[in-house]
Amino acid sequence: MRPCLRFTDNMLERGFKVESVVIQLFNGLSIGSILLLAALGLAFSFGLMKVINMAHGEFIMVGAYVTYFFQQFIAVQLGGPDAPKQGVYFLLSIVAAFFITGLLGILLERFLIRHLYGRVTDTLLATWGVGLILQQIARSYDARNVPVTAPEWLSGSLVVATGLEFPYKRLFIIGLVIVCIIGIYFYLYHSPAGRRTRATMQNREMAASLGVTTRRVDAYTFALGAGLAGVAGSALTLLGQIGPQLGTGYIVDAFMVVVLGGVGSLPGTVLAATLIGVFNSFLERSTTATLGKVLVFVIIIAFLQWKPNGLVALRGRT
Amino acid sequence: MLKIRHANPIIQGIVFAVCAFIFLFVLPQSLSTFQINQLGRFLTYAIVALGLDLIWGYSGMLSLGQGLFFGIGAYCFAMYLNLETVGKNLPDFMGLYGVTELPWLWQPFHSPVIALILAVVVPMILAALLGFMIFRSRVQGVYFSIITQALTSIVALLLVGQQQLINGTNGITEMRTIFGAKLASPDTKMNLYLATVVVLGIVFIGCQFLVRSRFGRILVALRDDENRLRFMGYNPVLVKTIVFALSAGIAGIAGALFVPQVGIIAPKNIDITASIEIVIWVAVGGRGTLVGAILGALLVNTGKSVISTKAPDIWSLFMGALFIGVVLLFPEGLIGAVQKLWQRVTNTRKVPADVVETDAQTKLEMDAANANAK
Repeated sequence: MRPCLRFTDNMLERGFKVESVVIQLFNGLSIGSILLLAALGLAFSFGLMKVINMAHGEFIMVGAYVTYFFQQFIAVQLGGPDAPKQGVYFLLSIVAAFFITGLLGILLERFLIRHLYGRVTDTLLATWGVGLILQQIARSYDARNVPVTAPEWLSGSLVVATGLEFPYKRLFIIGLVIVCIIGIYFYLYHSPAGRRTRATMQNREMAASLGVTTRRVDAYTFALGAGLAGVAGSALTLLGQIGPQLGTGYIVDAFMVVVLGGVGSLPGTVLAATLIGVFNSFLERSTTATLGKVLVFVIIIAFLQWKPNGLVALRGRT
Repeated sequence: MLKIRHANPIIQGIVFAVCAFIFLFVLPQSLSTFQINQLGRFLTYAIVALGLDLIWGYSGMLSLGQGLFFGIGAYCFAMYLNLETVGKNLPDFMGLYGVTELPWLWQPFHSPVIALILAVVVPMILAALLGFMIFRSRVQGVYFSIITQALTSIVALLLVGQQQLINGTNGITEMRTIFGAKLASPDTKMNLYLATVVVLGIVFIGCQFLVRSRFGRILVALRDDENRLRFMGYNPVLVKTIVFALSAGIAGIAGALFVPQVGIIAPKNIDITASIEIVIWVAVGGRGTLVGAILGALLVNTGKSVISTKAPDIWSLFMGALFIGVVLLFPEGLIGAVQKLWQRVTNTRKVPADVVETDAQTKLEMDAANANAK
């Protein structure tokens, strides 16, 4: 009971105003949106192929580095030394991150994961190895963290009232996530490829016997997931410096999103990421940063007692 | 999967006795103090590996929390060592944070016996609680791995945040004596090594006994078909909770033996990386064989110390390649590879007919499955 008591105490102490609630909510959404980008790829590669991709965090890192290199070399070549500050190049670098990490995903699927279908824990180990190698490559390039210049129009905040400010960078990330979600929604529910993906997810054998090339669906879905991790990495460059360890901090939380949301369900993943983000933000404020995380973990375990399959369970035959 | 084909118990006994003789009498004579100390550390890793093998290799639940249980055991014993070193004073680091009175959490650790008991019991209780909650809601398979992994990373974070209590990131390093003897002296190091060998032997025999007992068969049944086990009237929740708690307790013992030989325990030793490394030891040696777990822990760590002293950067790449290589090429580890080789050698002459038949049949089935997939 003690954390609860402390929770209310702190609320009174700090004068829990409407503004601060809104700010916390906003921070929560911001945390949640990053988590969501990181978790979407995991949710689909796990839901579809029963693959645990531990290298996903390193995909995020790769995405961030693609953004960095794009700025350092290509943008400067194309638009002169001031180019990194222009938004166009930043947007282009996000697209580049999506495609390059996606390509990395295809390669990983093609050369490693394809050989491990049906051996879930082995995929976990092998992809962890891939993650180690990717991290070491980044480290041997430069072990230090490097900064990425944010475009100028993202500096500053949207001031609604005094004490109620929303940084443009975080607003941009939330917007980016919304765009991604809409994109995935249309891909999954309104395109032939998405229909095949859902069919494979619900019943692989049946889909295969109806003529779906399930192997190709797997490869594309995995690539899509990897690409989204790349976008997440790009987005993270706005929030601070990037380094070889960038992805490791997100992978555990992203997995918890998958567990809480229910495997392979888009609404479940969105809901879970938002909830974890908001809970984290509120609990961290009212206790401490680490205690907040512990509480979120306890809440998730308690929730799984009630709904073991997560918030939105996909009904399929196994 | 599991070959219940044990070698002759007499031969096994002889092999065990020879190994015990080598580790207890030959190696202490021939190795330097530094090497003995290092070997002692590796043997504590072998103990954790046994615990993981019990829950992963035999019961099919990949726990990514073994590093955490190991760490808790280590912290428990480190707190005793620290208190013994400072005597009536407070641990040094507490002065830095302005702590004037020994926190209640530290009080039990004045006594080495209680510290040792807690080093085993605390991980067991934690594992039992978490395990019961997870298994009760029938969260299975890889979800278990994800949740234990999350627990590990969260506790590591929590420890980093507790600076006043256990010195945060720096960990507990202030330990100079154990049971009144100096930790730095070669004699103490030798005794700690011998203690580790003995504990490893006991844990090994205990695990061997367990996996060959009725309980061990239930574990394997759990791994291969949990639903069927449930339908037959067993309670998988209870069995899983027990084996998870056992493996956590084993990790705790290992941690308690680890800390006096190394002289430091910090949150860094607990993170996910540590837990996954334990998994690779078992995978390299051969999951589902106790000897494999020990062998894997010793081999990988020897490799690590050899390679990383020469080129620290390469070790990371090597480790990554090891993860991929083992899974792709030797999914049953060294022991499995040797067994296969042995079978191939002996296959030419005396093969029971039914084995060939089943092999051919599985091959047919696999071909059919492949054809389906294409």
